[in-house]
Amino acid sequence: MQARKKYGLLGLCACCWLVLFYWGGGVQLRLLRLLTRQPGEVVRPWPNWTDRAFLPRYAHLDEIQMDPGTGELPHQRRHAWSAVYKDSRCRMETCFDFSRCRRRGREGFRVYMYPSEKSDRVSESYRKILASIAESRYYTSDPREACLFVLGIDTLDRDQLSGQFVPNMDERIRGFPLWNDGRNHLIFNLYSGTWPNYTEDLGFNIGQAILAKASLNTEHFRPGFDVSIPLFSKDHPQKGGDRGWLVRNTIPPRRKYLLMFKGKRYLTGIGSDTRNALHHIHNGKDIVSLTTCRHGKDWEKHKDARCDHDNLEYESNGGTLKGDGAACIPVLLSNGWELPFSDVIQWNQAVIEGDERLLLQVPSTVRAVGNERVLALRQRTQMLWEAYFSSVDKIVLTTLEIIKDRVFSHISRNKYMWNSLPGGLLVLPEYSTHLTHFPFYYLGLGVSPGQEFTAVIHAVSPLVSQSQPIMKLLQVVSKSKYCSQIIILWNSEKPPPSRSKWPPMPVPLTVTDGRRKTTSRFLPHVAIETEAVLSLDEDTVLLTNEVNFAFLVWRSFPERIVGYPPRSHFWDPLKGAWGYTSKWTNDYSIVLTGAAFYHRYYHYLFSHYLPQSLRTLVDRTSNCEDILMNFLVSAVTHLPPIKVAQRKQYKELPSPQSTKSVPWANPEHFNQRQECVNTFANWFGYMPLVHSQFRLDPVLFKDQVSVLRKKYKDLERA
Amino acid sequence: MYASGKYSSRGPALIPRMKTKHRIYYITLFSVVLLGLIATGMFQFWPHSIESAADWTLDKRSVHDAPLVRLSVSSLIPERGDLSCRMHTCFDVYRCGYNPKNRIKVYIYPLQKFVDELGVPISSTGLSREYNDLLSAISDSDFYTDDVTRACLFIPSIDVLNQNSLRIRETAQALAMLPRWDKGMNHLLFNMLPGGPPDYNTALDVPRDRVLLAGGGFSTWTYRQGYDVSIPVYSPLSADVELPERQPGPRRYFILSSQTAIHREYRAELERLKEENGEALLLLDKCSNLSQGAASARKRCFKGQIYDYPQILQAHWFWEAYFSSMKAIGLTTLQIINDRIYPYAARTYEQWNNPPVVKWSSVNSPLFLPLIPPRAPGFTAVVLTYDRVESLFRVITEISKVPSLAKLLVVWNNQNKSPPEESLWPKIGVPLKVVRTKENKLSNRFFPYDEIETEAVLAIDDDIIMLTSDELQFGYEVWREFPDRLVGYPGRLHLWDHEMGKWKYESEWTNEVSMVLTGAAFYHKYFSYVYTYKMPLDIKNWEYTHMNCEDIAMNFLVANITGKAPIKVTPRKKFKCPECTAIDGLSLDQTHMVERSECINKFASVFGTMPLKVVEHRADPVLYKDDFPEKLKSFPNIGSL
Repeated sequence: MQARKKYGLLGLCACCWLVLFYWGGGVQLRLLRLLTRQPGEVVRPWPNWTDRAFLPRYAHLDEIQMDPGTGELPHQRRHAWSAVYKDSRCRMETCFDFSRCRRRGREGFRVYMYPSEKSDRVSESYRKILASIAESRYYTSDPREACLFVLGIDTLDRDQLSGQFVPNMDERIRGFPLWNDGRNHLIFNLYSGTWPNYTEDLGFNIGQAILAKASLNTEHFRPGFDVSIPLFSKDHPQKGGDRGWLVRNTIPPRRKYLLMFKGKRYLTGIGSDTRNALHHIHNGKDIVSLTTCRHGKDWEKHKDARCDHDNLEYESNGGTLKGDGAACIPVLLSNGWELPFSDVIQWNQAVIEGDERLLLQVPSTVRAVGNERVLALRQRTQMLWEAYFSSVDKIVLTTLEIIKDRVFSHISRNKYMWNSLPGGLLVLPEYSTHLTHFPFYYLGLGVSPGQEFTAVIHAVSPLVSQSQPIMKLLQVVSKSKYCSQIIILWNSEKPPPSRSKWPPMPVPLTVTDGRRKTTSRFLPHVAIETEAVLSLDEDTVLLTNEVNFAFLVWRSFPERIVGYPPRSHFWDPLKGAWGYTSKWTNDYSIVLTGAAFYHRYYHYLFSHYLPQSLRTLVDRTSNCEDILMNFLVSAVTHLPPIKVAQRKQYKELPSPQSTKSVPWANPEHFNQRQECVNTFANWFGYMPLVHSQFRLDPVLFKDQVSVLRKKYKDLERA
Repeated sequence: MYASGKYSSRGPALIPRMKTKHRIYYITLFSVVLLGLIATGMFQFWPHSIESAADWTLDKRSVHDAPLVRLSVSSLIPERGDLSCRMHTCFDVYRCGYNPKNRIKVYIYPLQKFVDELGVPISSTGLSREYNDLLSAISDSDFYTDDVTRACLFIPSIDVLNQNSLRIRETAQALAMLPRWDKGMNHLLFNMLPGGPPDYNTALDVPRDRVLLAGGGFSTWTYRQGYDVSIPVYSPLSADVELPERQPGPRRYFILSSQTAIHREYRAELERLKEENGEALLLLDKCSNLSQGAASARKRCFKGQIYDYPQILQAHWFWEAYFSSMKAIGLTTLQIINDRIYPYAARTYEQWNNPPVVKWSSVNSPLFLPLIPPRAPGFTAVVLTYDRVESLFRVITEISKVPSLAKLLVVWNNQNKSPPEESLWPKIGVPLKVVRTKENKLSNRFFPYDEIETEAVLAIDDDIIMLTSDELQFGYEVWREFPDRLVGYPGRLHLWDHEMGKWKYESEWTNEVSMVLTGAAFYHKYFSYVYTYKMPLDIKNWEYTHMNCEDIAMNFLVANITGKAPIKVTPRKKFKCPECTAIDGLSLDQTHMVERSECINKFASVFGTMPLKVVEHRADPVLYKDDFPEKLKSFPNIGSL
């Protein structure tokens, strides 16, 4: 009976189940769907309409392609726009007179500075800005050829309460015959308005002028027209500047976050809420919040203590917390502010951008950032700092280059060039806008440099005999399987010999006139068709195998100079100056360009990036061009050149009979080089040369292996 | 109950004891229950059965089934649209909040049909095919959520792609009636054809409060920087376009103009350019001899010659990735907004712009900043040992003479034996630590131990006694100049074996190097992190089962992430086969070489490429073997052992 009851119950259950299934399926389905649906799972909500195929098109073809005939003429429209879109609605195409910049490239982009009037007091910062422009390659003293104009009146501080405030700007500007309602003018400004409402108003009508301003509000920022610049202090170096604080990539990366917020915010007024909240997440351990100086209610007392220095570090880019030793990870909270050079800099690759409204989430956000990204952020921050912010020169030049890229938008740098090493200032778009034409992007593009080189031989002595060193050199170089052409740069007083005087060669030979200028050896000759240049002096003694080996090494280091004879620089504490030595040392920082491989882009940089004054110095002394080239390349790469194995020492001790003719035996020559090193370091604002302690030899160089195994055996013969 | 419970566990034994009548009854009941259960199971657990059932009902729906909503004349009209809107003023970021996946959630309103009081619809077309495609694509993407409370972005199903088909005022009223409208906050509208006569405005004229507009044809005055998204105008003809695989080779034309509706003033200018530049410029126009229609819209002509359009255009991948379909346009828009909301997880310029072929071949080294680290922190030597104590002590004593040694770490890989007592270890001037491992794995040497406080790590075997202090110090100096590379002593090479059609390992005395053995090599501690945590699992397992090749794996790893060759330092040692001593106990003969070749082939297949780079150079001190007093050389003792 018990069993029967039990089975009865079982049967009943089963029946219920069935009944439930057949009549109550809906409930079950819903139940099951609830059970099986994982959180976050997407249920397709937008139906597959049965009549999907019959839905109408959103537009007819003729709606998309409007007939052009009816509209107003483009030039009329441009004219009409200029009248409508001005002042606060300025854009380059309506407020900028492109016809002033009609000539190509650098020639077309000249900057004129108004002369300062004696009665004007110019602040230290503005003086530095003017100095940077005056020294830049864009400066012109002739307003007729200028494309851009910069005022001589200090407009950096437009706080009426400031000592540097210049009154009556409107009247003064209207008096300038070149003002033209501000067209093609560039106005620099760091501070505007006054406490407590730091407005954007400069206190005068800037008209159609481009505003380069620190702390620009995104609402007032005229996109593609104004330039947001970093706030900097009067102590900011004119040139050079610190390299930054990241010297080591420690693993795991030290996690300290610098919570930054855009400079000018105080305990009261704009941004004060954020500031107060920042204090809450500051925990003194991994998150450090830095505040600018504490402004009390009594603004007068604190007004000048604007923490310029701090502000610069906040703003321009961080990782620059000096006291911390290691670079921090910058976290940027900048709602409503246009970041410095936002036109070209990808800030999200260098800092962690947070939203001020989600401030309390910032700690969890930053802690969730992976180690690899932290490593990248710190390096990127440092890269940007070095490239665009570390000196007034860089800030001003970056501003000018951004405007120049807008004027010549078809010959401008792309974002990749601005945001990867070595930075946009060292990339001259007039040379090329194609990434593969530059020495530093090969890896990032996944390509290798070309397999051929061009030899450029610098000839100074007239051709008198067939046994001259240059004859031997031509043979040796032309035998290299990597050599595609030879160019002889004829810099002798005598005219070049006729074609038939040169030996027959397997590669094309070109003779060009160097006009007896030493710098001509680094002119970007159009004849150079390969990426690699082998620069040679006429009396260089080399073997074909040495050339081949050095070329292969260069292909591994295409951004550096790869050559044979090394030299070194050192700091002389007694003289308080840099010294230069040609003695045999255990390290080197220069490789002579009398025999060296490098990328042809450096010819272009040498001739167009460096100032005329340095090139004139080289031409006047017929000396130092090799040192200057080493300075330039090291300034680009931050790395030393590379010395490769060489059979014999090169021109170390000139033979006694030739002493008179060779300039390097002359002590004057040596002193000049010493001076050159200091002059160059002065122009760069720092010493770009870097020492290296190794030389690259063939793998089996002087190893105790059978000579037959060695590919470069003739390098070992003394 | 007790008894039956006991018997029921035995099952069939119960049946014979029952009466026949009951037996039949119970058997029938059982069968019915069983069948019922099976049927239930079939319905309930058959894959997709529910989904398909649900879809079945959804699929039956027609656009015309959409519920009707009647607007009243006095319905609220939103404000015109605020030109000063920016992300931080008009967008409610709290709705998006902290999201571990850094991905916004997008909600799509269900389709409704809006009509005015007289029953006239607000739009002449209603839902267009393009807008339907767009919403379908979004609802299929992982941006989508059906939970309106968790959404960060709302997309109305009111189609405003073409302003010409809209009744502006009524459309605005319909928008304002959306349940979550809230002044258009976090709402996204897609519009491709804005404006209309007489003004031809460049942004949608429908009053829309704070709506975020993805629009075609913005001017810089109507586009709100960092808030709106500028999108391409989609041509319905694009749907049928099939682009051929792009032929590799240089592009044919320097400038190509394919737009048909160009103002004559511009066309005159282009023709002047064409005269100056000739072949480099291809100036296409409508084909006058073809009849009008879709087919002719897909052709372009120059002097009677017909070209296929858009096939003639270049930059294919760009078009395919971002312009080719409503799906591409819609998802790109959402990704752009996503990047603004989670800027720290945003895609980079390169990710957006590099064509796939560059993405595949390019290398972005994690240690890209050219830094020569200071000498002072020195390096940490990590000695891997099993039980050769005597040799280990000799190595320790030798290494301790290197000036830049900061710390010595002995990795004791023998689980059966304890390391010698502390008093027995050699006394050296730097801290010495012993770590015991849980497993005898060769890759233990690459673990990023917390004890390693320097950037530079020297991995060294317990029997490498042939390296002089000068050689080691020099190795460290070279590493400082190449902190992103492996800097090691014995070099090795990989070769392509043409006969076998695979890679081959070479340890002979060659003129080339593509690997350095990690029996003695410097590397950045970063690489031990990557080796331990980021190495493909395939390779880790392989190493483990083969008890070999951890050094080859390290060479692959570093070459793959930096794209650079290792640096071999100092001359060849006189011993014949360093591996023979380095991997003691393992086979020394040909089979060892075969196995290492296998490793190379295996790793190359896992990485999908051969990352190793071959070079012909090694690093020596500047004055190595030069005719110069040895006393004055920084590293005189090179190659002596």
